[in-house]
Amino acid sequence: MALRSRGLTLGQRRAMWAYIFLLVPLTFFITIRFAPTLFAMSVSLFRWDILSPNKPWLGLKNYEALFADPVFWKSLSNTLMYVALSVPAQLVIGLFFALLLQAAAHWRGFFRALYFVPFVTSTVAISWVWRWIYQPAFGPLNKLLALLGLPEQRFLASPDQALASIVVTLVWQGLGFYVIIFLAGLEAIPADFYEAAKIDGARTWDLFRHITLPLLNPTIVFLTVIGTINGIQVFTQVLNMSFQGMGGPLDSTKSLVLFIYQEGFKSFKMGYAAAGTVILFALILVITIIQLRVTTRRVEY
Amino acid sequence: MPSQTFARRAPLRLSSVLIYLMLIAGGLVMVIPFVWMIATSLKPAKEVFLGYFFPLAPTLENYALVLNKVPFARWYLNSLVVATCTTLSVAFFDSLTGFVLAKYEFPGKNVIFVFILSTLMVPTEMLVIPWFILSNNLNWVDSYWGIMFPGVITAFGTFLMKQFMEGVPSELLDAARMDGVSEFGLFWRIALPLVKPALAALCIFTFLGNWNAFLWPVIITEKMDMRTVPVGLSFFSGEAGSSWELIMAGASMATVPVLIVFLFFQRQIIKGIALTGLKG
Repeated sequence: MALRSRGLTLGQRRAMWAYIFLLVPLTFFITIRFAPTLFAMSVSLFRWDILSPNKPWLGLKNYEALFADPVFWKSLSNTLMYVALSVPAQLVIGLFFALLLQAAAHWRGFFRALYFVPFVTSTVAISWVWRWIYQPAFGPLNKLLALLGLPEQRFLASPDQALASIVVTLVWQGLGFYVIIFLAGLEAIPADFYEAAKIDGARTWDLFRHITLPLLNPTIVFLTVIGTINGIQVFTQVLNMSFQGMGGPLDSTKSLVLFIYQEGFKSFKMGYAAAGTVILFALILVITIIQLRVTTRRVEY
Repeated sequence: MPSQTFARRAPLRLSSVLIYLMLIAGGLVMVIPFVWMIATSLKPAKEVFLGYFFPLAPTLENYALVLNKVPFARWYLNSLVVATCTTLSVAFFDSLTGFVLAKYEFPGKNVIFVFILSTLMVPTEMLVIPWFILSNNLNWVDSYWGIMFPGVITAFGTFLMKQFMEGVPSELLDAARMDGVSEFGLFWRIALPLVKPALAALCIFTFLGNWNAFLWPVIITEKMDMRTVPVGLSFFSGEAGSSWELIMAGASMATVPVLIVFLFFQRQIIKGIALTGLKG
């Protein structure tokens, strides 16, 4: 006892313990998170082929090549399309079902769990189930269309419909998360607000427009940011729902992350792929900052 | 008065019927793909393209075929080992780090906290290339450690546990110190039991996230025997051509156990999601 505390005050001894406890976690964050971030940036400045021993310095040439690559631009615009289509759809449909659930007196837990099931199941399995659902000719969706007297659709096999078809799957799988977060937001609104407004003669729509929506704003901001960041990183669905995981037909579904994956781990152009990840990083950073700016301004009523 | 409540109740009932109808319609959209998956997996190959929703002569032979063709049981074991070890590690280190950042005063504390938080901004995709180069040099490809190492401690979990550790009363810790409890004992015996609900939520999400992970496992595994369930299923399905009954048998095997676990824990999972606002 006397030996251990020699020369150390109580506060110093506690600080020492804090450092000891943080030793492993800090080592982890420095070596596995922080250093690789810098390393990725530096790899993007080389021609880095994992198989070849020499890795010549390229400066910004990888970035120049990236900006001259039509497939990069196509995958970037596809990625923005995924976000632009899936986030608003999830917000609107999610809020709709959250409002329905809140109005339902019975079976709320049951339905909530039901809507949440796709969110916890394997994205790979779900992608293949939907791929089967979308099959031309034999798929159940086309069978349904035929039953209704509608023409057959090519869905994932059509360059015009494939991206939207994947978005439907994204929305379907993510919906439960939106419903639960919206429901939590709705339950946090004090019932007195509605009572007071009703006494003033407000109608249902007015209540929604002037109480529910403004008070849900933090929830909407949170879900928009989360949804956008997840949308920018869409990968597993695209790889599993396109033929041979190529992001086709005709690159019409290829997302930025799939592009990076193919360049880095199929063509082994690590430097080129790393440049793509730096762009992805910048994109996420910029969108997060813009969204936080825009949406926090709106909160101040 | 009574007539007024009656008048209010009638339209209310109509609208609540409408609410339930829409909830049921939405629920069907959520469930039918799963029913379709299981129904297809039970069909003999020659029935798959007939167009009936349910199998005429249900059979389990597709499952036997899949299990014969690919080491599905091994993939299960791999996923189980990886998800369990990662979850245990995250539970321990994230809550320890959270505890220290919440309950200790020491020089550099804020810098360390901001540093850990800032790693959250970097997307995984940016790190997989350095991780792969590292794994390649250290022979971590096709090993459990290789699959696990990027996720054994998480910035988000650390942040989450810090928030909940703030709620542990400092007086309690000081009193325990007087009684001679060691600093590690304070964490393990006093603080940890008090944050059990948050810890449980963190464990469930970490497990699910690792169980379903795809991007990193598909990069770091090359041997058939080292694949996790999602990676194995993806490759198997890609090679199965139009044998949809086999693909759906594989998808069912990957999905159904998770669904059963979910049904057991659904209350905690949903409460945890709402509580922490985090993504599984």
